[in-house]
Amino acid sequence: MEQIELTYPARRNVNKKAHVGVVGSGDLEVLLEPGEGASVFIRTSVDGFRDTWKAVFDRFFAKYDGAVRIQINDAGATPGIVYLRLEQAVEESER
Amino acid sequence: MSSKGYSADFINRQSFIELDARARAKALFDGGTSRELVGPFDRVESPWLAMQGVTPQEDDGCVVMKGKIAGQAAVVVALEGAFQGGSIGEVSGAKMTAAFDLACADSEKGLRTSAVMLLETGGVRLQEANLGLAAIAELMGSILALRKYAPVICLTAGTVGCFGGMSLAAGLASYVVMTREARLGMNGPEVIEQENGVEEFDSRDRALIWAIHGGEQRYAMGLADALVDDDTPQVADVIRHFTWKGVPAVHRSAQVELYRGRLATLDTSQQWDPKEFCALWGKNGLREGKR
Repeated sequence: MEQIELTYPARRNVNKKAHVGVVGSGDLEVLLEPGEGASVFIRTSVDGFRDTWKAVFDRFFAKYDGAVRIQINDAGATPGIVYLRLEQAVEESER
Repeated sequence: MSSKGYSADFINRQSFIELDARARAKALFDGGTSRELVGPFDRVESPWLAMQGVTPQEDDGCVVMKGKIAGQAAVVVALEGAFQGGSIGEVSGAKMTAAFDLACADSEKGLRTSAVMLLETGGVRLQEANLGLAAIAELMGSILALRKYAPVICLTAGTVGCFGGMSLAAGLASYVVMTREARLGMNGPEVIEQENGVEEFDSRDRALIWAIHGGEQRYAMGLADALVDDDTPQVADVIRHFTWKGVPAVHRSAQVELYRGRLATLDTSQQWDPKEFCALWGKNGLREGKR
């Protein structure tokens, strides 16, 4: 298991928490809650993909500007699944 | 029924199996009455998994919700089959036991609180072996305490099923509800094959597995109280029915002499067909031809 921490600038306050996904094979759990600035804490069962995680979040925070603390518990999700789960979490938090 | 009508029913149905544990639990309550206890943001996760290089889940694969079912106080505990096979560890076991103990304390004070277990589990979590075993023993004690006051309903919908130590917890339930897709048994197919060889049980033979462990067979043998379709409103309706029905006059697990007698008179010199048990012991009968 590898742990990865990333930070990004944020401009907008977020008021609501969101929890989506399951730590099941090929899937992940996303916990999104209000934070100061944007920070990401990842625990993944697959070692050696730090660059891929960073690329996914660079792209995600290029569009999303919420001040959120994101925690990811991953069980080998592909970047596409990760991105879909992030979008789902954002949708939940803005509902 | 025409094939066109069948596929429309199939497409329009609200599947229960496709829901995750949290959505399953919520679907059983009267609308707007449920609230989650010790949810993922409380971050009560297993302290043992990360040490062994396994990613934990923030609710440890166990969702606890309190609310009302059929207008009565109820607690629902749902295991997430997709996380570590729904296995019972120190935290998930403690959450289940605490939920049952609180329901029991409320029931003793006169606020009858029934419990529903949504079991999708292979039993003890191997990474937390002894703690998992202890948790299941505690849980069984708590089920026995609660079921004197209020019904404890076990629902296994699939597709993980309910195996290992948690099948014993299911055996203590006041009522067992299954779908045709679900399986219930002490030893799972792989375990039987591993221990006694492929001649004893071929764990790749899906027809054999469901003929023995499947919901339809368990219901037909009288070991489950209701067989439901993979349909959320129907599942919720059956749970409401058993909540309303209350504590049964005699629990299945209290009928020791009945089941001992059945085993004692069984001729084990011949190979039995699973269907023969339905005729021998069951009163429900297999639902022939309806798939």
